[in-house]
Amino acid sequence: MAIRERLSGNEAMAVAMRQINPDVVAAFPITPSTEIPQYFSQFVANGEVDTEFVAVESEHSAMSACIGAAAAGGRAMTATSANGLALMWEMLYIAASSRLPITMACVNRALSGPINIHNDHSDSMGARDSGWIQLYSENNQEAYDNFIQALRIGEHDDIMLPVMVCQDGFITSHAVENIELLEDDKVKSFIGEYEPDHYMLNSKEPIGVGPLDLPAYYFEHKRQQAEAMKNSKKIILEVAREFEKLTGRKYDLFEEYKLNDAEIALVIINSTAGTAKTVVDKLRANGVKAGLLKIRVFRPFPAEEIANALKHIKALAVMDKAESFSAVGGPLFAEIKSTLYGTADGIKIVNYIYGLGGRDVKADDIETVYSQLSDISKTGNIGETYRYIGVRQ
Amino acid sequence: MPSTLVEKYFRTEKLPQIWCPGCGHGIITRSIASAIDQSGLDKDKVCIVSGIGCSSRAPGYMDFNTLHTTHGRALAFATGIKLANPEIKVIVITGDGDATAIGGNHLIHACRRNIGITTIVYNNNIYGMTGGQYSPTTPKGDKGTTAPFGNIDKSFDICSLASAAGATYTARATAYHANLLTTLVKNALANDGFSLVEAVSACPTYYGRKNKKGNAVEMMEWQKNNAVNVAAASKMTQEQLEGKFLIGEFKNKPEPEYTSEYQKIIDKLAKGR
Repeated sequence: MAIRERLSGNEAMAVAMRQINPDVVAAFPITPSTEIPQYFSQFVANGEVDTEFVAVESEHSAMSACIGAAAAGGRAMTATSANGLALMWEMLYIAASSRLPITMACVNRALSGPINIHNDHSDSMGARDSGWIQLYSENNQEAYDNFIQALRIGEHDDIMLPVMVCQDGFITSHAVENIELLEDDKVKSFIGEYEPDHYMLNSKEPIGVGPLDLPAYYFEHKRQQAEAMKNSKKIILEVAREFEKLTGRKYDLFEEYKLNDAEIALVIINSTAGTAKTVVDKLRANGVKAGLLKIRVFRPFPAEEIANALKHIKALAVMDKAESFSAVGGPLFAEIKSTLYGTADGIKIVNYIYGLGGRDVKADDIETVYSQLSDISKTGNIGETYRYIGVRQ
Repeated sequence: MPSTLVEKYFRTEKLPQIWCPGCGHGIITRSIASAIDQSGLDKDKVCIVSGIGCSSRAPGYMDFNTLHTTHGRALAFATGIKLANPEIKVIVITGDGDATAIGGNHLIHACRRNIGITTIVYNNNIYGMTGGQYSPTTPKGDKGTTAPFGNIDKSFDICSLASAAGATYTARATAYHANLLTTLVKNALANDGFSLVEAVSACPTYYGRKNKKGNAVEMMEWQKNNAVNVAAASKMTQEQLEGKFLIGEFKNKPEPEYTSEYQKIIDKLAKGR
């Protein structure tokens, strides 16, 4: 029987970490992810886990410690947000290119500046090309479930990549919700023992990690890394199916909500999907064929699958909780547009930047987006594609 | 009504400040303003730089040129400001976590260069802003949210660290010894090279509560009863000094300042043209 609990998103991720019982957790406090290592250090102090907890002096060191631990063959984890993630930047690339399956709880927060502690996705979106698999979570349950699945994905022999599990700072990280937890032994058997093929503390096979890689082989290693990312889509689905057998909770590369017969739809990430679903229900009750697609896996980007799921849509709004300063729209917009190019060219697509720096996103805002989509669908006029919702003019 | 000092040196529209009731940071910030006032500095020729943390909120309330930077990097930003404008009085306000953990490397190198920056470290022995995780100045054995059964790390003596790294002025006072603090900051401002004043603060909310140090008043009393002036300490025995900590001036040994040394090189090379 699953365990029914009430936990905040941060507690849920800390509990997942306790059940996983990793070899090393290294972290540095930063709002709003601080609670995760804080709860975890209590588990360490209580003797509930065997983990070496390292309270390092910066996030750069946190990721470095995780890299060291993972290279030595251990399971290593950390948690961070915003500027903490930014300070890890150099090491993010090294973790991924060294093919070390580290797991990170990334509690999304606006990246300075100006300094702001509230939620948007500018931190993890900035790290989207660092070679980490990125999983996003609408609520506490998904944050917990994604975190447990992350290990199986990252540690798979064909993958060996670090995984970042994202959830919205404060909105889900600090909100207490009902949650179903797995029993400790079930988590243990689901994740299994981590036995990497090659690791530094193997006296039978001395290896070097992170050596200089000049033009002779660097390119091939990058190609292999990209191949691993491509392979991961299949593994993510395999792990999800196994997880569903265990929990009854179904996961995919993305979630389709009333999308099948929808004419207008949103593509959205994390907690605002919950707000948008209530709007979809309301519109459906009024006979409006609205739907949404919620991204779970952003890296690797499930392009073909998304194109297939959206091909019948008349007007589509891509919701970005991050600016990219490309001057043509947000990061998700760029991905979706390129995904649909040549596959579903008829769709009218607009981009909305929303909720930056914790600006509240209300159901009314989402309703406005759908009503503008209805107009686009009826008239065929797109107008400005790079739009904002909820910002002062 | 704010006092004339507050009126003159603070952005009163930004007050009240966000620090917890009983926090020592407000007293320390006032002492700095007071020292600037007594030094007769032109407000427009002073730049106050901070990093991240409770301490680093201070410049937001202070009516000078101010710069709020990233965690641990205040000294790096300040180094740039001083090099670009050596005539500006650059003051860094930082905390124990900001200055000695994430920014520890910047601290030792700023000391080593003896660059003309006056650094005030608000030491509350904990990461206050994020909820009481232990910092490099949490005394060994004391508790933090990340060390529920006591911290096993040895703590830094910030003044000794700065002195050893090459700072030419180092001193310590507490929020309780506010007048002494003002004097020490004033002396620090008078030093051309790198100065560091450690201002022992009190965090009743996290450090105090975690370690049963009593309420804000009791924490101030602890500062009063356990601080020993360096002059008095020289006449005391090891036993008498047990459990006490030193306040006062530890080092005041001016040496050539970095930006003036830099200017000498520029002048020398310019002559050869």
